[in-house]
Amino acid sequence: MSRSALTGTRIRARRTLRGIRQTDLAREVGVSPSYLNLIEHNRRKVSAPLLGALAQALGVSSDALVEDSDARLVEGARAAALRSDTELGDLERIDDLIGRFPGWAKVLADTHARVEGLERVVEQLSDRMTHDPYLADALHEIISAVTSVQSTAAILNDDEALAPEWQDRFHRNILTDSGRLAEGAVALVNYIDNAKTGETGIASPQEEVEAWLAREMYHLPFIETASMDAAEAYLAGQVDLASSASRQLALAWLAQMQADARAIPHAALDAALGLHGVTPDLLAAEFGCDLDAVLRRLAHLPPDLAEAHGVPPLGLAICDMSGTLLFRRPVEGFAYPRFGGGCPLWPLYQALRQPHVPLRASLVTAGRMGRRFTAFAVARVSGPARMDLPPVLRATMLLVPQAEHSGDSAVLAVGASCRTCPQLECDARREPSILATGG
Amino acid sequence: MVQKRILVIEDEPNISEAIRFILTRNGWQVEVEADGLAALSRLRADPPDALILDLMLPDMDGFEVLRNLRADAPTRDLPVLMLTAKGQSADRDLAARLGVTRFMTKPFANAEVVSALQDMVGP
Repeated sequence: MSRSALTGTRIRARRTLRGIRQTDLAREVGVSPSYLNLIEHNRRKVSAPLLGALAQALGVSSDALVEDSDARLVEGARAAALRSDTELGDLERIDDLIGRFPGWAKVLADTHARVEGLERVVEQLSDRMTHDPYLADALHEIISAVTSVQSTAAILNDDEALAPEWQDRFHRNILTDSGRLAEGAVALVNYIDNAKTGETGIASPQEEVEAWLAREMYHLPFIETASMDAAEAYLAGQVDLASSASRQLALAWLAQMQADARAIPHAALDAALGLHGVTPDLLAAEFGCDLDAVLRRLAHLPPDLAEAHGVPPLGLAICDMSGTLLFRRPVEGFAYPRFGGGCPLWPLYQALRQPHVPLRASLVTAGRMGRRFTAFAVARVSGPARMDLPPVLRATMLLVPQAEHSGDSAVLAVGASCRTCPQLECDARREPSILATGG
Repeated sequence: MVQKRILVIEDEPNISEAIRFILTRNGWQVEVEADGLAALSRLRADPPDALILDLMLPDMDGFEVLRNLRADAPTRDLPVLMLTAKGQSADRDLAARLGVTRFMTKPFANAEVVSALQDMVGP
Protein backbone atom coordinates (compact mmCIF):
# COMPACT_ATOMS: atom_id res chain seq x y z
CA MET A 1 0.00 0.00 0.00
CA SER A 2 1.57 3.26 -1.09
CA ARG A 3 1.66 6.30 1.05
CA SER A 4 -0.21 8.40 -1.52
CA ALA A 5 -3.04 5.89 -1.65
CA LEU A 6 -3.54 6.24 2.04
CA THR A 7 -3.23 9.97 1.88
CA GLY A 8 -6.18 10.34 -0.49
CA THR A 9 -8.43 8.39 1.82
CA ARG A 10 -7.30 10.42 4.77
CA ILE A 11 -7.92 13.70 2.97
CA ARG A 12 -11.46 12.60 2.17
CA ALA A 13 -12.05 11.43 5.74
CA ARG A 14 -10.79 14.74 7.19
CA ARG A 15 -12.86 16.74 4.73
CA THR A 16 -16.10 14.91 5.44
CA LEU A 17 -15.37 15.06 9.15
CA ARG A 18 -15.18 18.82 8.93
CA GLY A 19 -18.27 19.03 6.72
CA ILE A 20 -16.43 20.71 3.84
CA ARG A 21 -17.75 20.14 0.35
CA GLN A 22 -15.33 18.70 -2.18
CA THR A 23 -15.94 21.65 -4.51
CA ASP A 24 -15.17 24.15 -1.76
CA LEU A 25 -11.96 22.44 -0.73
CA ALA A 26 -10.85 22.13 -4.36
CA ARG A 27 -11.42 25.82 -4.89
CA GLU A 28 -9.53 26.71 -1.71
CA VAL A 29 -6.42 24.75 -2.70
CA GLY A 30 -6.59 25.73 -6.35
CA VAL A 31 -7.42 22.46 -8.12
CA SER A 32 -10.50 21.28 -9.97
CA PRO A 33 -13.10 19.29 -8.03
CA SER A 34 -12.63 16.34 -10.39
CA TYR A 35 -8.89 16.29 -9.72
CA LEU A 36 -9.48 16.40 -5.96
CA ASN A 37 -11.96 13.58 -6.43
CA LEU A 38 -9.29 11.48 -8.11
CA ILE A 39 -6.87 12.24 -5.29
CA GLU A 40 -9.42 11.33 -2.65
CA HIS A 41 -10.04 8.02 -4.39
CA ASN A 42 -6.34 7.36 -4.42
CA ARG A 43 -6.04 7.57 -8.17
CA ARG A 44 -3.65 10.50 -8.26
CA LYS A 45 -0.56 11.24 -6.23
CA VAL A 46 -0.46 14.39 -4.15
CA SER A 47 2.42 16.81 -4.70
CA ALA A 48 4.14 18.21 -1.62
CA PRO A 49 2.86 21.81 -2.13
CA LEU A 50 -0.70 20.60 -2.69
CA LEU A 51 -0.47 18.36 0.38
CA GLY A 52 0.59 21.40 2.41
CA ALA A 53 -2.32 23.43 1.10
CA LEU A 54 -4.81 20.64 1.76
CA ALA A 55 -3.44 20.15 5.29
CA GLN A 56 -3.79 23.86 5.99
CA ALA A 57 -7.33 23.96 4.62
CA LEU A 58 -8.29 20.92 6.69
CA GLY A 59 -6.62 22.28 9.82
CA VAL A 60 -4.19 19.40 10.27
CA SER A 61 -0.48 18.94 9.79
CA SER A 62 0.84 17.41 6.58
CA ASP A 63 2.28 14.60 8.67
CA ALA A 64 -1.17 13.66 9.86
CA LEU A 65 -2.12 12.98 6.26
CA VAL A 66 0.90 10.76 5.51
CA GLU A 67 1.39 9.04 8.83
CA ASP A 68 3.41 5.84 8.44
CA SER A 69 1.62 4.04 11.23
CA ASP A 70 -1.35 3.71 8.91
CA ALA A 71 0.65 1.32 6.74
CA ARG A 72 0.84 -1.05 9.69
CA LEU A 73 -2.89 -0.64 10.23
CA VAL A 74 -3.56 -1.50 6.60
CA GLU A 75 -1.38 -4.59 6.80
CA GLY A 76 -3.02 -5.69 10.04
CA ALA A 77 -6.55 -5.11 8.78
CA ARG A 78 -5.75 -6.76 5.46
CA ALA A 79 -4.26 -9.76 7.26
CA ALA A 80 -7.39 -10.07 9.37
CA ALA A 81 -9.57 -9.91 6.25
CA LEU A 82 -7.53 -12.46 4.34
CA ARG A 83 -7.71 -15.07 7.06
CA SER A 84 -11.48 -14.77 7.27
CA ASP A 85 -13.64 -17.30 5.46
CA THR A 86 -15.96 -14.49 4.46
CA GLU A 87 -15.71 -13.34 0.86
CA LEU A 88 -14.83 -9.67 0.99
CA GLY A 89 -15.66 -8.11 -2.33
CA ASP A 90 -14.68 -4.69 -1.07
CA LEU A 91 -11.25 -5.59 0.24
CA GLU A 92 -9.75 -2.88 -1.94
CA ARG A 93 -11.70 -0.36 0.09
CA ILE A 94 -9.55 -1.06 3.10
CA ASP A 95 -8.18 2.48 2.72
CA ASP A 96 -11.65 3.81 3.42
CA LEU A 97 -11.77 1.78 6.61
CA ILE A 98 -8.41 3.12 7.79
CA GLY A 99 -9.18 6.67 6.80
CA ARG A 100 -12.67 6.85 8.24
CA PHE A 101 -12.43 4.52 11.21
CA PRO A 102 -8.79 4.34 12.30
CA GLY A 103 -9.81 3.28 15.80
CA TRP A 104 -11.84 0.32 14.56
CA ALA A 105 -9.11 -0.59 12.10
CA LYS A 106 -6.64 -0.68 14.97
CA VAL A 107 -8.98 -2.91 16.96
CA LEU A 108 -9.22 -5.23 13.95
CA ALA A 109 -5.45 -5.29 13.41
CA ASP A 110 -4.72 -5.74 17.13
CA THR A 111 -7.28 -8.54 17.39
CA HIS A 112 -5.74 -10.27 14.42
CA ALA A 113 -2.26 -9.97 15.94
CA ARG A 114 -3.63 -11.33 19.21
CA VAL A 115 -5.26 -14.29 17.44
CA GLU A 116 -2.01 -15.06 15.67
CA GLY A 117 -0.13 -14.91 18.98
CA LEU A 118 -2.65 -17.19 20.65
CA GLU A 119 -2.42 -19.64 17.77
CA ARG A 120 1.32 -19.87 18.35
CA VAL A 121 0.64 -20.57 22.03
CA VAL A 122 -1.88 -23.27 21.10
CA GLU A 123 0.67 -24.83 18.78
CA GLN A 124 3.29 -24.86 21.51
CA LEU A 125 0.92 -26.19 24.14
CA SER A 126 -0.43 -28.84 21.81
CA ASP A 127 3.11 -29.84 20.96
CA ARG A 128 3.94 -29.99 24.62
CA MET A 129 0.81 -31.84 25.68
CA THR A 130 1.40 -34.41 22.98
CA HIS A 131 5.07 -34.99 23.41
CA ASP A 132 6.29 -33.64 26.70
CA PRO A 133 7.03 -36.63 28.91
CA TYR A 134 7.50 -34.46 31.98
CA LEU A 135 4.09 -32.86 31.69
CA ALA A 136 2.36 -36.19 31.04
CA ASP A 137 4.02 -37.76 34.09
CA ALA A 138 3.34 -34.75 36.29
CA LEU A 139 -0.35 -34.69 35.38
CA HIS A 140 -0.65 -38.43 35.87
CA GLU A 141 0.95 -38.16 39.30
CA ILE A 142 -1.40 -35.38 40.33
CA ILE A 143 -4.52 -37.15 39.09
CA SER A 144 -3.47 -40.34 40.85
CA ALA A 145 -2.97 -38.48 44.13
CA VAL A 146 -6.31 -36.67 43.74
CA THR A 147 -8.06 -39.97 43.02
CA SER A 148 -6.62 -41.56 46.12
CA VAL A 149 -7.43 -38.58 48.34
CA GLN A 150 -10.98 -38.29 47.02
CA SER A 151 -11.77 -41.97 47.30
CA THR A 152 -10.24 -42.33 50.76
CA ALA A 153 -11.83 -39.15 52.08
CA ALA A 154 -15.21 -40.40 50.86
CA ILE A 155 -14.74 -43.65 52.79
CA LEU A 156 -13.86 -41.74 55.96
CA ASN A 157 -16.83 -39.47 55.50
CA ASP A 158 -19.42 -42.08 54.53
CA ASP A 159 -18.55 -44.93 56.86
CA GLU A 160 -19.41 -43.86 60.38
CA ALA A 161 -18.73 -47.32 61.76
CA LEU A 162 -15.23 -47.50 60.33
CA ALA A 163 -12.90 -49.43 62.63
CA PRO A 164 -10.24 -47.23 64.31
CA GLU A 165 -7.36 -49.13 62.65
CA TRP A 166 -8.90 -48.50 59.23
CA GLN A 167 -9.45 -44.86 60.13
CA ASP A 168 -5.78 -44.53 61.08
CA ARG A 169 -4.72 -46.25 57.92
CA PHE A 170 -6.83 -44.06 55.67
CA HIS A 171 -5.78 -40.90 57.47
CA ARG A 172 -2.16 -41.86 56.86
CA ASN A 173 -2.92 -42.50 53.20
CA ILE A 174 -4.57 -39.10 52.85
CA LEU A 175 -1.62 -37.45 54.53
CA THR A 176 0.82 -39.17 52.16
CA ASP A 177 -1.22 -38.42 49.08
CA SER A 178 -1.91 -34.81 50.00
CA GLY A 179 1.86 -34.36 50.36
CA ARG A 180 2.35 -35.90 46.91
CA LEU A 181 -0.36 -33.67 45.57
CA ALA A 182 1.20 -30.52 47.02
CA GLU A 183 4.64 -31.39 45.66
CA GLY A 184 3.24 -32.27 42.26
CA ALA A 185 1.20 -29.08 42.08
CA VAL A 186 4.19 -26.89 43.01
CA ALA A 187 6.39 -28.63 40.44
CA LEU A 188 3.73 -28.20 37.78
CA VAL A 189 3.19 -24.52 38.59
CA ASN A 190 6.96 -23.91 38.41
CA TYR A 191 7.07 -25.70 35.10
CA ILE A 192 4.21 -23.68 33.66
CA ASP A 193 5.70 -20.46 35.08
CA ASN A 194 8.80 -21.16 33.03
CA ALA A 195 6.56 -21.30 29.97
CA LYS A 196 5.02 -17.95 30.89
CA THR A 197 8.41 -16.30 30.99
CA GLY A 198 8.95 -17.38 27.42
CA GLU A 199 11.28 -20.25 28.09
CA THR A 200 8.55 -22.74 27.18
CA GLY A 201 9.67 -25.02 29.97
CA ILE A 202 13.28 -25.97 29.51
CA ALA A 203 13.46 -29.72 29.58
CA SER A 204 16.51 -30.84 27.66
CA PRO A 205 20.20 -29.97 27.42
CA GLN A 206 19.63 -28.81 23.86
CA GLU A 207 17.00 -26.36 25.04
CA GLU A 208 19.32 -25.09 27.75
CA VAL A 209 21.95 -24.39 25.10
CA GLU A 210 19.40 -22.65 22.89
CA ALA A 211 18.18 -20.51 25.81
CA TRP A 212 21.76 -19.55 26.62
CA LEU A 213 22.52 -18.60 23.01
CA ALA A 214 19.27 -16.63 22.78
CA ARG A 215 20.26 -14.67 25.88
CA GLU A 216 23.63 -13.97 24.24
CA MET A 217 21.77 -12.84 21.10
CA TYR A 218 23.59 -15.61 19.20
CA HIS A 219 26.74 -13.57 19.32
CA LEU A 220 29.76 -14.51 21.42
CA PRO A 221 32.61 -12.19 20.45
CA PHE A 222 35.10 -13.75 22.87
CA ILE A 223 35.10 -17.04 20.98
CA GLU A 224 36.82 -15.38 18.04
CA THR A 225 40.08 -15.36 19.99
CA ALA A 226 39.64 -17.21 23.30
CA SER A 227 41.18 -20.59 24.08
CA MET A 228 38.87 -23.52 24.65
CA ASP A 229 40.01 -23.61 28.29
CA ALA A 230 38.78 -20.06 28.68
CA ALA A 231 35.56 -21.03 26.92
CA GLU A 232 35.03 -23.91 29.34
CA ALA A 233 35.59 -21.62 32.31
CA TYR A 234 33.12 -19.15 30.85
CA LEU A 235 30.49 -21.84 30.38
CA ALA A 236 30.81 -22.97 34.00
CA GLY A 237 29.44 -19.61 35.07
CA GLN A 238 26.40 -19.58 32.80
CA VAL A 239 23.17 -19.95 34.76
CA ASP A 240 21.20 -21.13 31.73
CA LEU A 241 23.49 -24.13 31.38
CA ALA A 242 22.40 -25.92 34.52
CA SER A 243 23.25 -29.49 33.54
CA SER A 244 26.65 -30.91 32.69
CA ALA A 245 25.10 -32.31 29.50
CA SER A 246 24.11 -28.82 28.38
CA ARG A 247 27.61 -27.51 29.14
CA GLN A 248 29.11 -30.30 27.06
CA LEU A 249 26.82 -29.42 24.17
CA ALA A 250 27.62 -25.73 24.58
CA LEU A 251 31.35 -26.44 24.60
CA ALA A 252 31.04 -28.46 21.40
CA TRP A 253 29.06 -25.59 19.90
CA LEU A 254 31.71 -23.07 20.94
CA ALA A 255 34.43 -25.26 19.41
CA GLN A 256 32.44 -25.32 16.20
CA MET A 257 31.96 -21.56 16.26
CA GLN A 258 35.65 -21.04 16.87
CA ALA A 259 36.53 -23.26 13.91
CA ASP A 260 34.04 -21.29 11.81
CA ALA A 261 35.59 -18.03 13.02
CA ARG A 262 39.05 -19.18 11.92
CA ALA A 263 37.75 -20.23 8.53
CA ILE A 264 35.72 -17.03 8.06
CA PRO A 265 37.13 -14.09 10.04
CA HIS A 266 34.71 -11.24 10.55
CA ALA A 267 36.92 -8.66 8.84
CA ALA A 268 37.13 -10.77 5.70
CA LEU A 269 33.43 -11.64 5.92
CA ASP A 270 32.64 -7.93 6.06
CA ALA A 271 34.42 -7.42 2.76
CA ALA A 272 32.96 -10.55 1.19
CA LEU A 273 29.42 -9.62 2.19
CA GLY A 274 29.96 -6.26 0.53
CA LEU A 275 30.96 -8.08 -2.62
CA HIS A 276 28.52 -11.00 -2.70
CA GLY A 277 25.78 -10.25 -0.19
CA VAL A 278 24.08 -13.22 1.49
CA THR A 279 24.97 -15.76 -1.18
CA PRO A 280 26.39 -18.68 0.80
CA ASP A 281 27.86 -20.60 -2.13
CA LEU A 282 29.89 -17.61 -3.32
CA LEU A 283 31.04 -16.92 0.22
CA ALA A 284 32.08 -20.55 0.67
CA ALA A 285 34.05 -20.36 -2.58
CA GLU A 286 35.64 -17.10 -1.48
CA PHE A 287 36.80 -18.58 1.82
CA GLY A 288 37.50 -22.07 0.52
CA CYS A 289 35.46 -23.58 3.31
CA ASP A 290 32.46 -25.86 3.69
CA LEU A 291 29.09 -24.37 2.92
CA ASP A 292 27.66 -25.33 6.31
CA ALA A 293 30.34 -23.24 8.00
CA VAL A 294 29.13 -20.22 6.02
CA LEU A 295 25.52 -20.94 6.97
CA ARG A 296 26.41 -21.12 10.65
CA ARG A 297 28.58 -18.01 10.43
CA LEU A 298 25.84 -16.01 8.75
CA ALA A 299 23.36 -17.07 11.42
CA HIS A 300 25.70 -15.68 14.08
CA LEU A 301 26.65 -12.34 12.54
CA PRO A 302 27.58 -9.62 15.02
CA PRO A 303 24.87 -6.94 15.13
CA ASP A 304 27.08 -4.22 13.63
CA LEU A 305 28.07 -6.39 10.69
CA ALA A 306 24.46 -7.46 10.09
CA GLU A 307 23.29 -3.88 10.20
CA ALA A 308 26.05 -2.65 7.91
CA HIS A 309 24.99 -5.13 5.23
CA GLY A 310 21.26 -4.95 5.86
CA VAL A 311 21.08 -8.58 6.93
CA PRO A 312 17.98 -9.28 9.03
CA PRO A 313 18.06 -11.88 11.82
CA LEU A 314 18.39 -15.28 10.14
CA GLY A 315 17.14 -18.69 11.20
CA LEU A 316 19.28 -21.78 11.41
CA ALA A 317 18.30 -25.42 11.78
CA ILE A 318 20.62 -28.40 12.01
CA CYS A 319 19.53 -32.02 12.03
CA ASP A 320 21.09 -35.44 12.05
CA MET A 321 20.25 -38.37 9.78
CA SER A 322 17.23 -39.33 11.87
CA GLY A 323 15.73 -35.90 11.20
CA THR A 324 16.08 -34.92 14.85
CA LEU A 325 16.71 -31.21 15.18
CA LEU A 326 20.01 -30.64 16.92
CA PHE A 327 19.93 -26.87 16.79
CA ARG A 328 17.25 -24.27 16.18
CA ARG A 329 17.90 -20.59 15.88
CA PRO A 330 14.44 -19.03 15.71
CA VAL A 331 13.53 -16.47 13.11
CA GLU A 332 10.29 -14.52 13.19
CA GLY A 333 7.57 -16.20 11.19
CA PHE A 334 9.11 -19.66 10.98
CA ALA A 335 8.20 -22.12 13.71
CA TYR A 336 10.23 -25.15 14.69
CA PRO A 337 8.64 -28.05 16.52
CA ARG A 338 9.81 -28.40 20.09
CA PHE A 339 9.83 -32.17 19.90
CA GLY A 340 10.44 -34.59 17.06
CA GLY A 341 11.17 -33.79 13.44
CA GLY A 342 9.93 -30.85 11.44
CA CYS A 343 8.11 -30.63 8.13
CA PRO A 344 9.42 -33.36 5.77
CA LEU A 345 9.34 -30.81 2.94
CA TRP A 346 12.02 -28.61 4.48
CA PRO A 347 15.13 -28.38 2.29
CA LEU A 348 16.98 -29.39 5.45
CA TYR A 349 15.69 -32.93 4.96
CA GLN A 350 15.96 -32.85 1.19
CA ALA A 351 19.65 -32.10 1.65
CA LEU A 352 20.14 -35.39 3.48
CA ARG A 353 19.25 -37.21 0.27
CA GLN A 354 22.04 -35.50 -1.65
CA PRO A 355 25.01 -34.97 0.66
CA HIS A 356 27.36 -32.12 -0.29
CA VAL A 357 24.90 -30.77 -2.86
CA PRO A 358 23.89 -27.21 -1.93
CA LEU A 359 20.17 -26.53 -2.15
CA ARG A 360 18.35 -23.27 -2.44
CA ALA A 361 14.58 -22.99 -2.20
CA SER A 362 11.96 -20.34 -1.71
CA LEU A 363 9.61 -21.26 1.10
CA VAL A 364 6.36 -19.90 2.34
CA THR A 365 5.04 -20.95 5.69
CA ALA A 366 1.69 -22.71 5.34
CA GLY A 367 -1.41 -20.72 6.13
CA ARG A 368 -3.07 -17.68 4.72
CA MET A 369 -0.57 -15.25 6.11
CA GLY A 370 2.48 -17.24 5.11
CA ARG A 371 5.91 -15.70 5.54
CA ARG A 372 8.44 -16.13 2.78
CA PHE A 373 11.99 -17.29 3.26
CA THR A 374 14.91 -18.27 1.11
CA ALA A 375 16.34 -21.49 2.48
CA PHE A 376 19.92 -22.57 1.86
CA ALA A 377 20.66 -26.13 2.89
CA VAL A 378 23.46 -28.63 2.66
CA ALA A 379 24.25 -31.98 4.26
CA ARG A 380 27.77 -33.06 5.00
CA VAL A 381 29.49 -36.11 6.44
CA SER A 382 30.21 -35.44 10.06
CA GLY A 383 33.35 -36.83 11.67
CA PRO A 384 36.12 -38.90 10.15
CA ALA A 385 35.44 -41.40 7.38
CA ARG A 386 35.18 -45.01 8.61
CA MET A 387 35.62 -48.03 6.39
CA ASP A 388 33.04 -50.31 7.92
CA LEU A 389 30.53 -47.87 9.27
CA PRO A 390 27.86 -45.89 7.46
CA PRO A 391 28.70 -42.19 7.06
CA VAL A 392 27.13 -39.92 9.63
CA LEU A 393 25.43 -36.98 7.97
CA ARG A 394 24.44 -33.67 9.41
CA ALA A 395 22.28 -31.18 7.50
CA THR A 396 22.24 -27.42 7.99
CA MET A 397 19.62 -24.97 6.76
CA LEU A 398 19.82 -21.18 6.83
CA LEU A 399 16.56 -19.24 6.61
CA VAL A 400 16.68 -15.75 5.13
CA PRO A 401 13.45 -13.75 5.37
CA GLN A 402 12.33 -12.55 1.95
CA ALA A 403 10.94 -9.14 1.17
CA GLU A 404 7.19 -9.32 1.07
CA HIS A 405 6.91 -9.15 -2.68
CA SER A 406 10.06 -10.84 -3.87
CA GLY A 407 8.45 -11.91 -7.13
CA ASP A 408 9.71 -15.44 -6.70
CA SER A 409 6.94 -17.62 -8.10
CA ALA A 410 8.41 -21.08 -7.37
CA VAL A 411 7.59 -21.19 -3.70
CA LEU A 412 7.29 -24.32 -1.61
CA ALA A 413 4.69 -24.22 1.16
CA VAL A 414 6.03 -25.78 4.33
CA GLY A 415 4.87 -26.13 7.92
CA ALA A 416 6.51 -26.54 11.30
CA SER A 417 5.19 -29.98 12.10
CA CYS A 418 2.18 -31.85 10.77
CA ARG A 419 0.28 -31.44 13.99
CA THR A 420 0.20 -27.68 13.75
CA CYS A 421 0.28 -27.28 9.97
CA PRO A 422 -2.88 -25.89 8.33
CA GLN A 423 -1.94 -27.27 4.90
CA LEU A 424 -4.30 -30.21 4.93
CA GLU A 425 -3.69 -31.57 1.43
CA CYS A 426 -0.09 -32.65 1.70
CA ASP A 427 1.49 -35.90 0.62
CA ALA A 428 4.08 -35.55 3.37
CA ARG A 429 1.49 -35.34 6.14
CA ARG A 430 2.12 -37.94 8.84
CA GLU A 431 -0.68 -37.07 11.27
CA PRO A 432 -3.84 -34.96 11.26
CA SER A 433 -3.56 -31.27 12.06
CA ILE A 434 -5.15 -29.69 15.08
CA LEU A 435 -5.87 -26.74 12.76
CA ALA A 436 -8.12 -28.92 10.65
CA THR A 437 -10.59 -26.15 9.95
CA GLY A 438 -7.87 -23.90 8.64
CA GLY A 439 -7.24 -20.29 9.61
CA MET B 1 -24.73 -66.87 48.07
CA VAL B 2 -21.26 -67.21 46.57
CA GLN B 3 -19.21 -64.05 46.84
CA LYS B 4 -18.31 -62.46 43.50
CA ARG B 5 -14.56 -62.16 42.97
CA ILE B 6 -13.11 -58.93 41.64
CA LEU B 7 -9.50 -58.54 40.59
CA VAL B 8 -8.06 -55.02 40.77
CA ILE B 9 -4.95 -54.25 38.70
CA GLU B 10 -3.71 -50.93 40.00
CA ASP B 11 -0.14 -49.86 40.73
CA GLU B 12 -1.02 -47.02 43.10
CA PRO B 13 -1.23 -48.76 46.49
CA ASN B 14 -3.44 -46.16 48.17
CA ILE B 15 -5.94 -46.25 45.33
CA SER B 16 -6.06 -50.04 45.28
CA GLU B 17 -6.46 -50.06 49.05
CA ALA B 18 -9.41 -47.69 48.84
CA ILE B 19 -11.00 -49.74 46.05
CA ARG B 20 -10.45 -52.96 47.97
CA PHE B 21 -12.14 -51.46 51.01
CA ILE B 22 -15.13 -50.12 49.09
CA LEU B 23 -15.75 -53.35 47.22
CA THR B 24 -15.22 -55.55 50.26
CA ARG B 25 -17.68 -53.41 52.17
CA ASN B 26 -20.18 -54.09 49.40
CA GLY B 27 -19.79 -57.83 49.75
CA TRP B 28 -17.33 -58.66 47.01
CA GLN B 29 -14.16 -60.66 47.38
CA VAL B 30 -11.28 -58.52 46.19
CA GLU B 31 -7.79 -59.40 45.01
CA VAL B 32 -5.17 -56.87 43.98
CA GLU B 33 -2.29 -56.95 41.53
CA ALA B 34 0.06 -54.04 40.84
CA ASP B 35 1.55 -55.39 37.65
CA GLY B 36 -0.20 -56.22 34.38
CA LEU B 37 2.07 -59.06 33.38
CA ALA B 38 1.75 -60.88 36.71
CA ALA B 39 -1.99 -60.30 36.68
CA LEU B 40 -2.38 -61.95 33.26
CA SER B 41 -1.16 -65.35 34.42
CA ARG B 42 -3.42 -65.12 37.47
CA LEU B 43 -6.37 -64.19 35.27
CA ARG B 44 -5.76 -67.06 32.89
CA ALA B 45 -5.38 -69.58 35.69
CA ASP B 46 -8.43 -68.50 37.62
CA PRO B 47 -10.61 -65.84 35.99
CA PRO B 48 -12.51 -63.63 38.46
CA ASP B 49 -16.08 -62.42 37.95
CA ALA B 50 -14.87 -58.95 36.92
CA LEU B 51 -11.71 -56.97 36.51
CA ILE B 52 -10.89 -53.39 37.44
CA LEU B 53 -7.99 -52.42 35.23
CA ASP B 54 -5.81 -49.33 35.48
CA LEU B 55 -4.50 -48.04 32.16
CA MET B 56 -1.07 -46.75 33.18
CA LEU B 57 0.78 -49.76 34.56
CA PRO B 58 4.47 -50.61 34.68
CA ASP B 59 5.80 -53.12 32.11
CA MET B 60 2.49 -53.84 30.40
CA ASP B 61 -0.18 -51.15 30.13
CA GLY B 62 -3.91 -51.69 30.51
CA PHE B 63 -4.53 -51.77 26.76
CA GLU B 64 -2.08 -54.62 26.34
CA VAL B 65 -3.61 -56.53 29.24
CA LEU B 66 -7.05 -56.07 27.68
CA ARG B 67 -5.82 -57.14 24.26
CA ASN B 68 -4.41 -60.35 25.79
CA LEU B 69 -7.59 -61.04 27.74
CA ARG B 70 -9.77 -60.75 24.66
CA ALA B 71 -7.50 -63.12 22.76
CA ASP B 72 -7.85 -65.90 25.35
CA ALA B 73 -11.00 -68.01 25.49
CA PRO B 74 -11.30 -68.12 29.31
CA THR B 75 -11.22 -64.33 29.60
CA ARG B 76 -12.75 -63.30 26.29
CA ASP B 77 -16.02 -62.26 27.93
CA LEU B 78 -14.65 -61.16 31.28
CA PRO B 79 -16.32 -57.88 32.35
CA VAL B 80 -13.60 -55.21 32.51
CA LEU B 81 -13.88 -51.77 34.07
CA MET B 82 -10.98 -49.64 32.90
CA LEU B 83 -9.85 -46.76 35.08
CA THR B 84 -7.56 -44.12 33.74
CA ALA B 85 -6.11 -40.73 34.48
CA LYS B 86 -6.00 -40.20 30.72
CA GLY B 87 -9.49 -39.33 29.57
CA GLN B 88 -8.72 -38.49 25.95
CA SER B 89 -11.23 -39.67 23.42
CA ALA B 90 -8.50 -41.58 21.61
CA ASP B 91 -7.91 -43.72 24.71
CA ARG B 92 -11.61 -44.23 25.19
CA ASP B 93 -11.99 -45.25 21.54
CA LEU B 94 -9.09 -47.67 21.71
CA ALA B 95 -10.43 -49.24 24.89
CA ALA B 96 -13.83 -49.66 23.20
CA ARG B 97 -12.24 -51.26 20.14
CA LEU B 98 -10.35 -53.66 22.38
CA GLY B 99 -13.60 -54.71 24.04
CA VAL B 100 -13.68 -52.89 27.37
CA THR B 101 -16.99 -53.20 29.23
CA ARG B 102 -16.86 -49.82 31.00
CA PHE B 103 -14.42 -46.92 30.86
CA MET B 104 -14.10 -44.53 33.79
CA THR B 105 -11.74 -41.59 34.29
CA LYS B 106 -9.94 -40.78 37.52
CA PRO B 107 -10.73 -39.27 39.92
CA PHE B 108 -13.89 -41.32 40.33
CA ALA B 109 -16.66 -41.35 42.91
CA ASN B 110 -16.67 -44.53 44.99
CA ALA B 111 -20.38 -45.01 44.38
CA GLU B 112 -19.75 -44.82 40.63
CA VAL B 113 -17.33 -47.73 40.77
CA VAL B 114 -19.70 -49.80 42.87
CA SER B 115 -22.59 -49.01 40.57
CA ALA B 116 -20.58 -49.88 37.46
CA LEU B 117 -19.56 -53.21 38.94
CA GLN B 118 -23.12 -54.00 39.96
CA ASP B 119 -24.20 -53.37 36.39
CA MET B 120 -21.47 -55.66 35.13
CA VAL B 121 -21.71 -58.64 37.50
CA GLY B 122 -24.79 -58.09 39.61
CA PRO B 123 -24.86 -57.36 43.35
